[in-house]
Amino acid sequence: MDMNQPIGATPLDGKLDGLVGRPIDRVDGRLKVTGRAPYAYETRDLKNPAYGFIVEAAIAKGRIRSLDTGAAKRAPGVLLVMTHETVPEQGEKKEQVWPQLQGPEIRFHGQPIAFVVAESFEQARAAAALVRADYDAQTPDASLRAAQATAHEPKAAQTPPDSKLGDFEGAFAAAPVTLDVEYTTPVQIHAQMEPHATIASWETGPDGDRLVLYTANQMLNRGQSSLAQVLKLKPENVRLVSHYIGGGFGSKLQPQPEATLAALASKTLKRPVKVALTRQQEFHVATHRTDTIQRIRLGADETGRLTAIAHESWSATALGDAFFETSANVTRSLYAGANRLTRHRLANLNVPIASAMRAPGEAVGQLAFECAMDELAERLKIDPIALRIRNEPEQDPEKQVPYSTRQLVACMEEGAKRFGWDKRAAAGTARDGRWRVGLGMSAAARLNPLMPSQASVRLNPDGTLTVRMAMTDIGTGTYTILAQIAGEMMGLPVERIRVEIGDTAYPKAAGSGGSFGAASAGSALYVACDNLRQALLRSAGMNPDGAVFSEGRALSGNRSETLASLAGAEGIEATGEIKPGAMKEKFSQYSYGAHFAEVGVDADTGEIRLRRMLGVFTGGRILNLKTARSQAIGGMTFGIGAALMEAAETDTRFGSFVNHDLAEYHVPVHADVPAIDAVFLPELDDKANPLKSKGLGELGICGAGAALANAVHNATGLRIRDYPLTLDKVLGGWAEQEGRAQRRT
Amino acid sequence: MGSCAALATVGASLRGRAVAAPSAADPQPQTMPVTLTINGRRHDLTLDTRTTLLDALREHLDLTGSKKGCDHGQCGACTVLVNGRRINSCLTLAAMHEGDAVTTIEGLAEGDTLHPLQAAFLHHDGFQCGYCTPGQICSAAGMLSEIEAGWPSDVTDDLTQKASLTEDEIRERMSGNLCRCSAYPNIVAAIRDAGTKL
Repeated sequence: MDMNQPIGATPLDGKLDGLVGRPIDRVDGRLKVTGRAPYAYETRDLKNPAYGFIVEAAIAKGRIRSLDTGAAKRAPGVLLVMTHETVPEQGEKKEQVWPQLQGPEIRFHGQPIAFVVAESFEQARAAAALVRADYDAQTPDASLRAAQATAHEPKAAQTPPDSKLGDFEGAFAAAPVTLDVEYTTPVQIHAQMEPHATIASWETGPDGDRLVLYTANQMLNRGQSSLAQVLKLKPENVRLVSHYIGGGFGSKLQPQPEATLAALASKTLKRPVKVALTRQQEFHVATHRTDTIQRIRLGADETGRLTAIAHESWSATALGDAFFETSANVTRSLYAGANRLTRHRLANLNVPIASAMRAPGEAVGQLAFECAMDELAERLKIDPIALRIRNEPEQDPEKQVPYSTRQLVACMEEGAKRFGWDKRAAAGTARDGRWRVGLGMSAAARLNPLMPSQASVRLNPDGTLTVRMAMTDIGTGTYTILAQIAGEMMGLPVERIRVEIGDTAYPKAAGSGGSFGAASAGSALYVACDNLRQALLRSAGMNPDGAVFSEGRALSGNRSETLASLAGAEGIEATGEIKPGAMKEKFSQYSYGAHFAEVGVDADTGEIRLRRMLGVFTGGRILNLKTARSQAIGGMTFGIGAALMEAAETDTRFGSFVNHDLAEYHVPVHADVPAIDAVFLPELDDKANPLKSKGLGELGICGAGAALANAVHNATGLRIRDYPLTLDKVLGGWAEQEGRAQRRT
Repeated sequence: MGSCAALATVGASLRGRAVAAPSAADPQPQTMPVTLTINGRRHDLTLDTRTTLLDALREHLDLTGSKKGCDHGQCGACTVLVNGRRINSCLTLAAMHEGDAVTTIEGLAEGDTLHPLQAAFLHHDGFQCGYCTPGQICSAAGMLSEIEAGWPSDVTDDLTQKASLTEDEIRERMSGNLCRCSAYPNIVAAIRDAGTKL
């Protein structure tokens, strides 16, 4: 099915108490709470693996003068020390998957320079420490600020880097009320709990070489194609298996160096090789979210109607890479305004590779833009929600097409009511003991894409159903919602659905990323089930008009057959495919929401504590209320981290992240997360996909941190434009305020 | 003492090596015999002395429920119970636990009947990716025993009274267990629910 027209009535629409949407427990939950779900490093399917350990470059720019591997090679248990001098031949880079150990040149701190393989983990780690590198080191360029003036216009990704509508400069100059502010966001780290890990087995056979990788990867078919190019194999001879994945958040969208190195070592040793990145290596060897500098200019009339909107963003990535943070993309769609400008610039630096992290673009873009809106509201003395309502567009202002659905105003109004927004006091005035207290809000918006996906379903002779696709579950609940979709389409309970995903041996699927997973994989499954229904009715000679599948039976007219009887002795299989189509161009598709946060700021120490938080969201049809709420809360908590604590600090002298572990790169912990809740307003989006659902995985983070930052302003009267908002910046701001007050008296 | 067994083991594992034998100057790995009782079952092992308890479980005993998230005691994913107390199994060497009784996530359920904490995590959706989950559950089990034993925490108001199982107490005491999916509110709900049943 190509998504070329709105979806009419579907079997999912009929039942109010249907399986889809119900907050059932995760179908893979028992395996996870008992520790029996095998993640990549834990598979026992590949026998007798050797253990690998990566040696990283200790400089960010220069050349390896000499690499002494003698002691490492002599160390007990060592099987292989692979360097740029011994690595097998590789193909060209594809997307962000680079061939490894390509020469003595060092482009970033942490670049792998050797791969040590031994009989045991302890032996490999000890031998890796014996590899001695001498460098001709140069001073790295690792500061985005220093490179800002010379940053270049990047190549268009899915979207062009720049956009323009009307005459921004003229309208901004003429506007009676203007705002021109700069926000900065730091490098952030995915910090998924399962480090990148791979067990690779390279097998040489009569019909060519084959490679199997059990690997932590979000998008298996994409990884298959890029690894095939880099390793010079046919894609169909590369199999990726990823049954359980310990979080991704974008870090596992593409294979990371450990996968390539394990494959190459296995090729050399003719034996499976397993390797996991250490937590410290995660920061440099794997990808991160770039820091950004963002300039926002808003022009409005006295009533708050925006006449000029500009959002510019600078970001950085490694040399030779094209990834840029699309911070301003969402600004193209979110609010009305006749004169507009967005611009992205990129600096290629001696820093590790930047890539997508949960809601690339929106997550940091809205940290800046939604605070700028708060600043404008304050300047105009208008309620921030009222300002946003005043600029509610009738259609997408730049794409100039209707929204498929848009309930931003409803989300803000419902949230305001539930949260007690009317109790918000003037900035810097509310107090609770030693705490200054503030409320803040933000809008949330996240693009809703659909990606090509295929699925197969097989009705077995015993009346059970097997679902197969190369989809992944990174904690999002894919196993569960697929079982629910198949169950409702076929009239079977989830106990009779077997969901087999996480293997490129199955039909190609979108994978997990970009908030497209559930919609894309779920829609392919919907189509496959629909085809299976038709095939079953046809083979039984039953009239498809008005046919119903319920309680393990197909019913049509006065006929009623059990699915087991229709399956026959062999079972019956059907496939389905979804592709994006004209609906993508004819409508602007986003998920929306509104965040509300209450913070306390210690009046003496400047410590910021979140007190409570609420998100109100719309995401089309909710496929499982329990897992959807969990994802939304998870996204909101990423926003707490972004607002209050997360920053990988670049030492620009060495191009390294100083705080490269979980003790010093702070993610929110239990004590940082008080009562927070997420609710969903009813919605169906018939332009999005046959499920009428929208993506939820990233919506929760969009704007969440801005709601906290706006609450901090409301509590303190300070506007901190450099994330994260830490107590030193609060104290500094207060000291400045006092200085100003003293100078006035 | 353990070095005889050690050499034998290492020798066996070195057969088929592709590189030259180590020189006399290179240090030899040491191994030691260690007996651990894990989930009620006795295991006699000979391990490289550098092997952590976590790697002993995961790489030598096929008990991969305990997870390696950081290998430095910073995330809590490897939490197990040793003689009833919760510890980070990545921060302790297996050889230090001669005779100890270790309980891992695989040892909590009784047959098909989930431990109340496991059932509560499932019901309250106290996880997403599941990678921190065994550590969260083992940590919660240890934490409930600590409260039961009258141990106060930083947020306990009255040090003369046994702490009650409030949300604040749970959050404080569970903050060594990171969950990047951020199932925190659901984990707290699950622990409260199970804690009142235990």
